[in-house]
Amino acid sequence: MTLALLALAAGAGASTPADPLESPMWEAHAKLLFGNDPVRFDPRVKVDFPQIAENQRSFPVAIDARAIPGVRRIVLMADLNPIPIAVDYRPTDSEAYLATRIKLDQRTPVRGAVQLASGEWLVSGGWIDAAGGGCSTPPVSRVKGDWADHLGEIRGEAWPVAGPVDASRLRLNFRHPMDTGLVDAIPTYHLERLTVSDAAGRELGRMEIWASVAEDPAITLIPHAAAGDMLAVDARDTNGRDYHAALAVARQSPLPR
Amino acid sequence: MMLTRRRLIAGSMALAAMPAQARRSYAIAPVPVADGIWMIHGADAPIEPANGGAIANIAIIATPAGTVLCDCGPSLAYGQALRKVAEGLTGQPVVRVYVTHLHPDHGMGIAAFDPRIVAALPGTIEALAREGRGYSDAMYRLLNDWMRGTELVLPGRPIAAGREEFGGRGLRLLALSGHSGADLALLDERSGVLIGGDLVFHDRAPSTPTADLPGWRASLDRLAREPHGGLIPGHGPFDPSGRAAIAQTRDWIDWLDEALTQAVQSGLDMVEAGELPIPARFSTMAAARYELQRSVSHLYPGLEARLLPRIDRPG
Repeated sequence: MTLALLALAAGAGASTPADPLESPMWEAHAKLLFGNDPVRFDPRVKVDFPQIAENQRSFPVAIDARAIPGVRRIVLMADLNPIPIAVDYRPTDSEAYLATRIKLDQRTPVRGAVQLASGEWLVSGGWIDAAGGGCSTPPVSRVKGDWADHLGEIRGEAWPVAGPVDASRLRLNFRHPMDTGLVDAIPTYHLERLTVSDAAGRELGRMEIWASVAEDPAITLIPHAAAGDMLAVDARDTNGRDYHAALAVARQSPLPR
Repeated sequence: MMLTRRRLIAGSMALAAMPAQARRSYAIAPVPVADGIWMIHGADAPIEPANGGAIANIAIIATPAGTVLCDCGPSLAYGQALRKVAEGLTGQPVVRVYVTHLHPDHGMGIAAFDPRIVAALPGTIEALAREGRGYSDAMYRLLNDWMRGTELVLPGRPIAAGREEFGGRGLRLLALSGHSGADLALLDERSGVLIGGDLVFHDRAPSTPTADLPGWRASLDRLAREPHGGLIPGHGPFDPSGRAAIAQTRDWIDWLDEALTQAVQSGLDMVEAGELPIPARFSTMAAARYELQRSVSHLYPGLEARLLPRIDRPG
């Protein structure tokens, strides 16, 4: 009780509950990210990742908040990364689901925070142990020297999924070095924004992306699009280079949700 | 401050526990598997502080010319303890140490031996020169004090496929690949025992950080064709039949390849692929979920690059 009062007195803000993960950076990040919006920890935000960080340069994480109605925004973050936020996603007309791969610079909490229309944030996550250096070692394509040969290549596919509304799993794999700026003499250079639209140009989802997303970003979303629908993907990196892709949702029987 | 009786007891227990922790030692228990051959069964678990990294199987072979070891464990302390146990068992000094491949659970114990008696395939020595520092750093991070004093030492004796004889006991050397870029297997001519290195796992899920699955399959076919008796796998229990472990390893990598291919083709992300159900026939395999998730990390990006179509469009 005394500790809780002290934490309040220290300026954590009345809306920031104590962190179940006891992260040393929780209060600082919460203040910046959530401001004065109400925050609570909620296990319905499913933050899923492997039991081992086999590769600290590319650690897969999925945030599934489909059990929560009215999600407007999904933020993926790793508290102890020098670039804590990886993705800030707005599933405009999409399911509340996001999967990608991130860099890990050390043992850290990995979290998903989702914001509702009311402004309230629901947060969940867990600790993952990792060898150091995911953010501060050069990308493989920089070491190999072939990054520029493949820049702009996008692979992807979309499959219809079962559910109450028409939706499809969209998988996107970009080739991009995603330089963090923390490696000697290589300035920050990363994809910074991505939009998914339907054939009429209507936005289905958009995100801001930071350099803590792994090299060659792989992103999985579930936009509301039916079998046979066309999807357009537009992205831009920090040098102003534009990336475009188009694909049709496969005409096949829906995959399980 | 008042010291309660309970606090005093807790304090003295903590003090007593500390030196014991610093003096942790490896329990090395060789089991005879054939005439003049013993196997030390490593822990069928991930590399972790509880086992000090002693997860790989080791073979000890008594020959008239001295003791031969196949693989030598994860650290200087392990190598030193192994040498003592092996020489006590055979009454002869260690004259040859074979390192089957580059992975640190098999070879960091070289530090306890004269490099001139340590033999490995050239591909293994090159890979250790290139990757050894990284492996060493990772082992220190995971195992701390268990690794104390362990330096990266390269095998001093490159070998090729062929035969080595130790006072009349002949060993056939098979130069293969697939689990890594260079995998050595040994066949003891006298007993027919085959030492598979990490080409063969048994009731312990295979690991794939440096795997080439087609190459691995070809090597397993080759081992299956080679007439032999019992088999010492790289991990897991001795296989007296000499067949079961080869077939099981093959079954796992075939399943893994197909399951991950299907996962990419049906739109699963890496997290979901790591949570795929593991067939019941692999229920005897230790560390199966752990190795599946590692394999997803190793193999998934390559499968995606091969299987997902290009969708980029100009401007």
